[in-house]
Amino acid sequence: MADTIAPINPADASAPRQADVRTEEMLVNMGPQHPSTHGVLRVVLRTDGEMVLQSVPHIGYLHRCAEKIGENVAPYQYVPYTDRMDYLAGMNNNQAFALAIEKLTGLEVPERAKYIRVMFAELNRIASHLVAVGTYGLDMGAFTPFLYCFREREMLLDLFESACGARLTYSYITIGGVTDDLPDNFVDVCSEFLDYFEPKIDDYNNLLSYNHIFVKRTGNVGVISAEDAIRYGLTGPVLRGSGVKFDLRKAKPYEIYDRFDFDVPVGLPGGTAEIPRGVVVGDCWSRYYVRVKEMIESVKIIRQCLRDLPDADEKEGICNKKCKTVKLPDDEVYMEIENPRGQLGFYVKGDGSAIPARVKARGPSFCNLCVLEYAGKNCLLADIPAIIGSMDVVMGEVDR
Amino acid sequence: MSFEEICQVLKSQFGDAIEETAVDSCRPFVVVNGDKWGEVATFLRDDKRMGFDLLRCITAIDLLADDKLGCVYDIAALSAVSATNDMSIERELAVRVLTDRNNPQIQSVAKLWAAADWHEREAFDLMGIDFPGHPNLERILCPDDWVGHPLRKDYAHPLEYQGIPGTTEHELKSPRH
Repeated sequence: MADTIAPINPADASAPRQADVRTEEMLVNMGPQHPSTHGVLRVVLRTDGEMVLQSVPHIGYLHRCAEKIGENVAPYQYVPYTDRMDYLAGMNNNQAFALAIEKLTGLEVPERAKYIRVMFAELNRIASHLVAVGTYGLDMGAFTPFLYCFREREMLLDLFESACGARLTYSYITIGGVTDDLPDNFVDVCSEFLDYFEPKIDDYNNLLSYNHIFVKRTGNVGVISAEDAIRYGLTGPVLRGSGVKFDLRKAKPYEIYDRFDFDVPVGLPGGTAEIPRGVVVGDCWSRYYVRVKEMIESVKIIRQCLRDLPDADEKEGICNKKCKTVKLPDDEVYMEIENPRGQLGFYVKGDGSAIPARVKARGPSFCNLCVLEYAGKNCLLADIPAIIGSMDVVMGEVDR
Repeated sequence: MSFEEICQVLKSQFGDAIEETAVDSCRPFVVVNGDKWGEVATFLRDDKRMGFDLLRCITAIDLLADDKLGCVYDIAALSAVSATNDMSIERELAVRVLTDRNNPQIQSVAKLWAAADWHEREAFDLMGIDFPGHPNLERILCPDDWVGHPLRKDYAHPLEYQGIPGTTEHELKSPRH
C-alpha cells in the first residue's frame, strides 16, 4: 500500500516519506481577496498535502488600460495617471514619465528642480520600502515592526504634503520640473527627519531582520539564482537580492545621480558579517534585507541633495514654461529609471502632434511577478506568502 | 560597441533581413524582417560579440497608416555577473519587427528570454499579435472572454461586458478623442 504513495517532494526523492499520511493532489485558489497577496492577485496552487507543486499567478483584476488613456491625453495630463499605477511610489513614476517626455522633446529642466526631483524620488523610495518591510513582517506574523514602519512613513507623507499638498498621488514631479517650490523651512524639517530616521533602521533590524523565527521563515526560501534572475528580466531589489549588483542609478545614471556618492547593496551569503546563518544569496531574506540597506543609501543621497541644493532662480523658475505646449516629434523614446521595485520604463512614440501615438509602461512589479511560477514550486504552502511578499509587488502597476 | 557597429555586425551576418537602421532617432533602432526574427534573436543573445542577456521590454505598436502591427524589443547586454563589482550596461539595442495587420504573427522569443513570456502574452491580449512557439499564449490582463484587442487604433469600445455598461452609442458616434 505504501508503495503507491508518491514522495512528498517529487523534486527530491530522498526526502523522508510520511507513509502513514495519505495525501492527494488538490487545486487551491489563493486570492484574489487574500490578505497576503498584497492586492488583487490570484494564485492557483497545485498542492499535495503541505507541498506546493506548481503555482500559476492570474492577474488583470485592476486592469484599466492606462496605456490607451495615454494615447488620448497630452503628456502633462497623463502625469496623474502614472502615480496611480504604482501608488506606493508616485514620485518615482512621475519622474520616469517626465524624463521620457523630456528626452523625446529635448525640454530643459531647471537645476534646482533636478535636485528636488532626486530628493523626493529618494524620500519616496524610503516610504515605499517602509511599507514593503513592514507588511513583509506582517505576512510573517510579526505585527509590531509594521506599526513602527508606518509611524516613520507618516512623517514622510507629512513632508510630501508640505511640498505638494498630496499624501499618496502626488503628481509633484511633472514634465519640465516640479509643480511648486519647496516650503520655506523644508531643508531643516527634512534634515531633522533624517537624523531621527537613520537610527531607527537598527530597531527594525533588531526587531525583525535578525529575529530567529523571521530568518527561519525566509532564509533559503524561494531561491533565485543570478542567471535565472537576469533570464526572467527581474530588476530592483529582487535582482540585487540574487547577488547581481545592477542599479540603473549607477549603471546608467539618469537625472543627476552621477553627482552623488552611494553604494548598491546586494544579497550576501549567510554566516558572514551581519548576515545570519541559514540565509543564502537569492532567497526571500536577501531580497528583504536589500530594501533595508537601500533605505540607508537613500538617506545618504538625500543628505547630499540638501547640502548641494541650489537657490531658487527667479528667471528660470522651478518648471520649464513650455511644459504644457510642447509638441511631440515623430520619433520614439524608451526611458528607464530605478523605481523602488525595479526598473520602470516608459516607451513613448510621438507623431508630430501634442498627444502621443503610443505610451507603454514597463512596470517592474509586472516583470518581477512572472518569476513566481519558477520560484513558487516544490515548496511548502507557508512559503508562498513569503515569496510573494519578498517580490513586493503593487497590483495597481501589474495590471495598469 | 556603438549602435553603428552592432548594425554592421548584424548586416554582415544577415544581409537583407536587416531592413532599416534608424540612426537619427532619439533612441536608435533596427528593423528586422519578421521571417528571420527567430534567427536574429538567437544570434543577438548567444553570439559573443552581442550577448544581449537582458530583455527589458516588449512594446506592441499599431501602425494603422502602413497597415502594420509590430513589436519593439528593448534589450541590453550586462557585464559579467559578479557580486563585488557594479554591473553596467555594455550595449543596448532596440529592434523593431513588423508584421501584417490582417494576419499578425511574430516568432516567439520566450524560449530565449524567459521574461518575454508575459510581455508576449500582453501584446497578444491588447494588440492581438500571435506568437508562434509561445508556451502558453492566453490573455493576461483582459478576461478570457473579452472581445477584441483594446490597444488597436481601430478598436471599438464595447457597449457592455457581462451586463456591465461600457460606452454609449452617442460616444461611439461622436468620440471625444
